[in-house]
Amino acid sequence: MAEQLDQLFVHLKHWLVGHLPDAWQPLASILLSITPVLMVFPGLFALTTVIERKGLGRIQNRRGPNRVGIPLTNIRLAGFGQFIADGIKALIKEDVVPRAADKVVHFLAPIALVVPVLLAYSVLPFGRNMVPLDLDAGVLFFFAVGSATELCLFMAGWSSHNKYSLLGAMRAIAQMISYELPLILSGVAVIMVTGTLSLPKIVEAQNVYTGTIAHWHVFTPWGLAGFILFFISSLAEANRSPFDMPEAESEIIAGYFVEYSGFKFALFFLGEYLGLFAVAGFGITLFLGGWTAPFSWLTWIPSWAWFMGKLVTMIAIYIWIRGTVPRLRADQLMNFAWKFMLPMALLNIVVTGLWHFTELAGWNIVVRWLVCAGILIVPYLLLGRAFKAKVGQREYRYAS
Amino acid sequence: MTLPFAIIAGLTVGSAIAAMSLRNLVHCALSLVVTFAGLAALFLQLNAQFVGFAQVLVYVGAVAILIVFAILLTRSAEPGPPASMTTGAGWGIGIAVAAFLAMAGAVTSSVVMQRTAPPPSDLTVRAIGHKLMTDYVLPLEVIGLLLTAAMIGAVIIAMQERKSKP
Repeated sequence: MAEQLDQLFVHLKHWLVGHLPDAWQPLASILLSITPVLMVFPGLFALTTVIERKGLGRIQNRRGPNRVGIPLTNIRLAGFGQFIADGIKALIKEDVVPRAADKVVHFLAPIALVVPVLLAYSVLPFGRNMVPLDLDAGVLFFFAVGSATELCLFMAGWSSHNKYSLLGAMRAIAQMISYELPLILSGVAVIMVTGTLSLPKIVEAQNVYTGTIAHWHVFTPWGLAGFILFFISSLAEANRSPFDMPEAESEIIAGYFVEYSGFKFALFFLGEYLGLFAVAGFGITLFLGGWTAPFSWLTWIPSWAWFMGKLVTMIAIYIWIRGTVPRLRADQLMNFAWKFMLPMALLNIVVTGLWHFTELAGWNIVVRWLVCAGILIVPYLLLGRAFKAKVGQREYRYAS
Repeated sequence: MTLPFAIIAGLTVGSAIAAMSLRNLVHCALSLVVTFAGLAALFLQLNAQFVGFAQVLVYVGAVAILIVFAILLTRSAEPGPPASMTTGAGWGIGIAVAAFLAMAGAVTSSVVMQRTAPPPSDLTVRAIGHKLMTDYVLPLEVIGLLLTAAMIGAVIIAMQERKSKP
């Protein structure tokens, strides 16, 4: 029964494809792999916008959206009809294009942003046997499409012919390039240990149990450090708070998409959230065991439920951080990337090698844990202290 | 020649021509990005996943950004007055055609055309990694040293500027 439920979607797809004539089967198989991705994740985006606003509202001691329900009735759904109203509003709004704007590039930028973000989903394993495209170099593919989005931000910022949007684009690109380094380097540690660039194989490597506990990478010292580095970098890559400088309304009136309105703005919004989900799913695959269960007595829960559960938890943590952590200044953001994240990510690679070779040498697991964690914690404390000594107490020159 | 190849090749060549002939420098850079992406797609057609994705990661992700930043920081992106056509256009076209014919002749008469395609080899990333770590470890190390030197140089240049400011 559990097995049936686990493979529900796989069997469903095979059953559907099996009914078609032979010539249509490859095309139908491709379409049936793509369509769920195109339905589930934008749907999740729609729900997340409401949940985020409600969650932020609760954190800030107000209610958040709670009015919109089903139209023409009195059913309110606790405000969960809000995204439908928002979507209709975005669709019927006037599409304002500045007179000085570069029309073609201005039009292409939001489309060019959404395409690579959607492509990133094609290599993520959503469950057992549930990966749309099992690429041999899946990790590399993910990073490649991720880096393609930076140029779209430039296209949006430059084509608007607005100095604020250009400034916002420059900041966004500088930030994304800086944080891409720790993001990739923390992923390198996983590749070193598993010896593969294929995402389903990385999940398989974590689907091993000692006693009842799974071999998730986050349960090792390098995996824990790598996951934290990856998590912080993913916040910056997705332009999320506390790294939302490129689109901060109070600083540069919203950054690279100032001059976008209506549905084009909604596309930027969509691309940003989909990118966030994709990088969260990627982090889950690399460090949190993908679709595997943490304990062997929990394996009866279907694999896709594990993946979606972890993804929703990650989104909740992103919302929580957005509601509680103050925004970083642009120079602090850069310093943090190059002087803290990068050295720690490089050190983490060395520790990963040490962990691997001490395992081969047959050391006791407690000794290995202490040695590896010590090598990571001591530089962490020293770097933190150096930062504190340099930055000092923050002065508010005009406020005090 | 298959249809996907024709589409990709047409797109690559078309965007390369656009990159040379457009007036606005940023437009040229953006068409060059399409060329890079087309080249990556061609690599993927040849089953070279690693090279294809590395092409996207390095050229679309990094080199294109570098070009765009260089354009924005060095000069105005506004298109200047259209440059007058050089008088020697006829000469240029003639030389280009002659060069193309010479190369085409050399290629068609060489042994390359008689060679049959080798059986598709095992082009997995793992195989490339093994090769890099065994047969080609010296070039790899040399490139690593070069890149490290370049990075340290960049840091030194950036640091000196800050020191001379106050």
